[in-house]
Amino acid sequence: MPPSQETPTDSRELEQIVRDASATRTPIEVRGGGSKRDVGYPDRGAVVVSTEGFGGIVDYDPAELVLTVGAGTRLAEIEALLLSNRQMLAFEPCDFDGAGTSTIGGIIGAGLAGSRRVSAGNVRDHLLGFSAVSGRGEAFVAGGRVVKNVTGYDLSKLMCGSWGSLAILTQVSLKVLPWPRTSLTLEILGLDDARAIGAMTRALRSQASVAAAAYIPAFDDQDSSTLLRLEGFGPSVQARARGLSDVLGETTLRSLSVDQATDQWTALRMGSLLQATNTDVLWRVNVPATAAAGLCSSIRALRGRFCADWGGHLLFACLPASIPAHHVRNLAEKAGGHAMIQRAPHDYRALAPALHPERPGVTELASRVKAGFDPANILDPYRFAERPA
Amino acid sequence: MTICMPALDASVLARRDRIIAALQRIVPDGVLTDPVTLRAYECDAFTAYRQLPMIVVLPETTAQVAAILRYCDEAVVKVVPRGAGTSLSGGALPLGDAVLLGMAKFNRILSVDYESGTAVVQPGVTNLAVTRAVEGKGFYYAPDPSSQIACSIGGNVAENSGGVHCLKYGLTTNNVLGVELVLMSGEVVRLGGNELEPRGLDLLGVVVGSEGLLGVVTEVTVRILRTPEVVRALLIGFPSVEQGGQCVADVIAAGIVPAGMEMMDQPAIHAAEAFVHAGYPLDVKALLIVEVDGPQAECDHLIAEIESIAAKNSAACVYISNSETERLKFWAGRKAAFPAVGDLTPDYLCMDGTIPRRCLPRVLRRIGELSAKYGLRVVNVFHAGDGNLHPLILYDASQPGELDRAEEFGSDILRLCVEVGGVLTGEHGVGIEKRDLMPVMFNEIDLAHQQRVKCAFDPSLLLNPGKVFPQLHRCAELGRVHVHGGKVPHPELPRF
Repeated sequence: MPPSQETPTDSRELEQIVRDASATRTPIEVRGGGSKRDVGYPDRGAVVVSTEGFGGIVDYDPAELVLTVGAGTRLAEIEALLLSNRQMLAFEPCDFDGAGTSTIGGIIGAGLAGSRRVSAGNVRDHLLGFSAVSGRGEAFVAGGRVVKNVTGYDLSKLMCGSWGSLAILTQVSLKVLPWPRTSLTLEILGLDDARAIGAMTRALRSQASVAAAAYIPAFDDQDSSTLLRLEGFGPSVQARARGLSDVLGETTLRSLSVDQATDQWTALRMGSLLQATNTDVLWRVNVPATAAAGLCSSIRALRGRFCADWGGHLLFACLPASIPAHHVRNLAEKAGGHAMIQRAPHDYRALAPALHPERPGVTELASRVKAGFDPANILDPYRFAERPA
Repeated sequence: MTICMPALDASVLARRDRIIAALQRIVPDGVLTDPVTLRAYECDAFTAYRQLPMIVVLPETTAQVAAILRYCDEAVVKVVPRGAGTSLSGGALPLGDAVLLGMAKFNRILSVDYESGTAVVQPGVTNLAVTRAVEGKGFYYAPDPSSQIACSIGGNVAENSGGVHCLKYGLTTNNVLGVELVLMSGEVVRLGGNELEPRGLDLLGVVVGSEGLLGVVTEVTVRILRTPEVVRALLIGFPSVEQGGQCVADVIAAGIVPAGMEMMDQPAIHAAEAFVHAGYPLDVKALLIVEVDGPQAECDHLIAEIESIAAKNSAACVYISNSETERLKFWAGRKAAFPAVGDLTPDYLCMDGTIPRRCLPRVLRRIGELSAKYGLRVVNVFHAGDGNLHPLILYDASQPGELDRAEEFGSDILRLCVEVGGVLTGEHGVGIEKRDLMPVMFNEIDLAHQQRVKCAFDPSLLLNPGKVFPQLHRCAELGRVHVHGGKVPHPELPRF
């Protein structure tokens, strides 16, 4: 029987749906825009609960730098509103389909930030508070609508990257920031993996306040490209660009046009740079930048393609499905990091959990936290843990 | 004294000697039992409440912390962790039947990695010591609570401490990358690390700011930043608080996020000027300090923009620092505001609410009305950039009924903060001080969801009980910092 879909329009209705599911032990899959529904095991046997009924802007006063919206609000709507006031979600939310169909609830659930992560922080650094219905079928709130708040536990952090496993978000308050007056992307051509990572590390550690740093290795007849983005007020950006030239010494920095820069950063944000085919596996690998160059070599040895963001702290790797997940995870672990499957063919997803296993000792603690919010284990229990046969 | 702490457990007190012996086996040279010695631990910087701990233990290693907690968990003995004891909300208040776990001996900086911009430190290291250790290489640790020369990093993690620069650089939670944490069961876990996104649930995120109720931090990895090339400040006077508030809003709306943006009302300006002679103008109704940092070109640009925004808001005077001495002089009055107020009055209460910035004029007006209603003076200093208010309520505890009036006044202010869309505490923490006010912001279901996180970490509820969560029989005590006779613990520390 195909899973049914529910589209509640208020918290009370959602509470009832969750309670009913809890009583019958029916798994629930929370769905926002659906752009990330293929992350995790394909067979979840769940009733889909859409957050579509929780859309809309609740409160936005640009001078406050705080935005409160329904969790089902589409990214496109939010970004258009912010842009009209020259503001933005500074963490550059990952937008898998590039069309802004992701909902803000889904973005928070996934907790995946874009290139500006290195300067503006992660999704978790921008969520101020929320309303939600937990796996207990109870509506609750946490945090607030102001930037400085230590009242009670910071449950907002816990929601970011929880993939809807603790609670279904209904409303969120986010910190927003002014859109930078000027953005300048500088490019260094032709560096190899190690030199590119080294250049990004030096740039990020310099006084230049680099907003984003990415590396796209050479392919076909294209030289490798190392990108450094500077943002802020015009005179400051110009001064910092000169400072970067000094820090990076012999390398030649060239400025990209606004269009070129936008194309490159957008492609990186969407993960489309690698042009992964339907038979490839797209990995998202977190790694200390100091170990990134080594990991790049390993990926090359596996005939994989990759690009690096966050100054080398994040590698997107496109590998053939013939490489087993545990092999990639071992490589990431050895480099001191972890690896998530962002996109993979159905059969691959059916065999390997999308998320990297927790560290020993943390697994049980995390399960107890999960059980506190969702004691009946109905919030998408088989997305990242295998469904019992 | 209306905040109730958990009732003493006579059966635990009866076992005191056995508990001492057990702790001495774990930490042979670090168990304090003599009442005179214990007196040093009877309160933190929230001095209205004092209680001798049953026993103090001062471990030096993670293994000792784990052994102590495991023993106490099994023997059902409560534990209160303590960093430097500078909490303004009573987070480290001892319990008469609990072991006080002092982390002062964890005072080493373990490693610094300049390439990745991280430092690994023990929790007893003071906030300022981190900056001192790395500033030679042009780095610093951004969160700067006013007690930074004494407060410890472990305490900062527990309280999610802020500071005047958190407007631009964030609170502790935005600057801590990982911790080693000992659970009440004695289990040692590592949360976070040098990775930029967590593998699973962001447990680190909920540990920061958990006020010592979830575990004892034994190691902290912090992010260190490059020291800005240039730091300059503007001192701007306004004919009214409204105009000052509008200037703050306009600066933010112009896309400027200053390193710090502080405001004082006229009573605060006068008190500070009398105390330190910073050269503040006395005829203005509000004084704004705006600090900018970064490359020279950026500071020059921002100063010009802010100057023009100030002029549009009818600034009565604008001074711009041209030297480090001058910049520090601008700050001297603001940083001396608390002790300066201590000179004006035998006692004061310090509030710590945060409000949406747009509500500042309305909230100030209402505070003025309340001041008249209660017949008590109030002095206002704010972290204006992020809407964090510190109204200081002046009273004299020797006058019958005045403390009660001051407390009621304070509770009205915090209720007002929540009413306009703000929160009870911006940076001082809930502790015991605002514990019983939590229902103003959260209903029972909200609090129950928070408490379940507590239960996941400490199912026996033995770690720092009586803090943060209101008790069943809650009292009507409201949020404030009690200062009696101008005496605060650590009087040498600035409080702002």
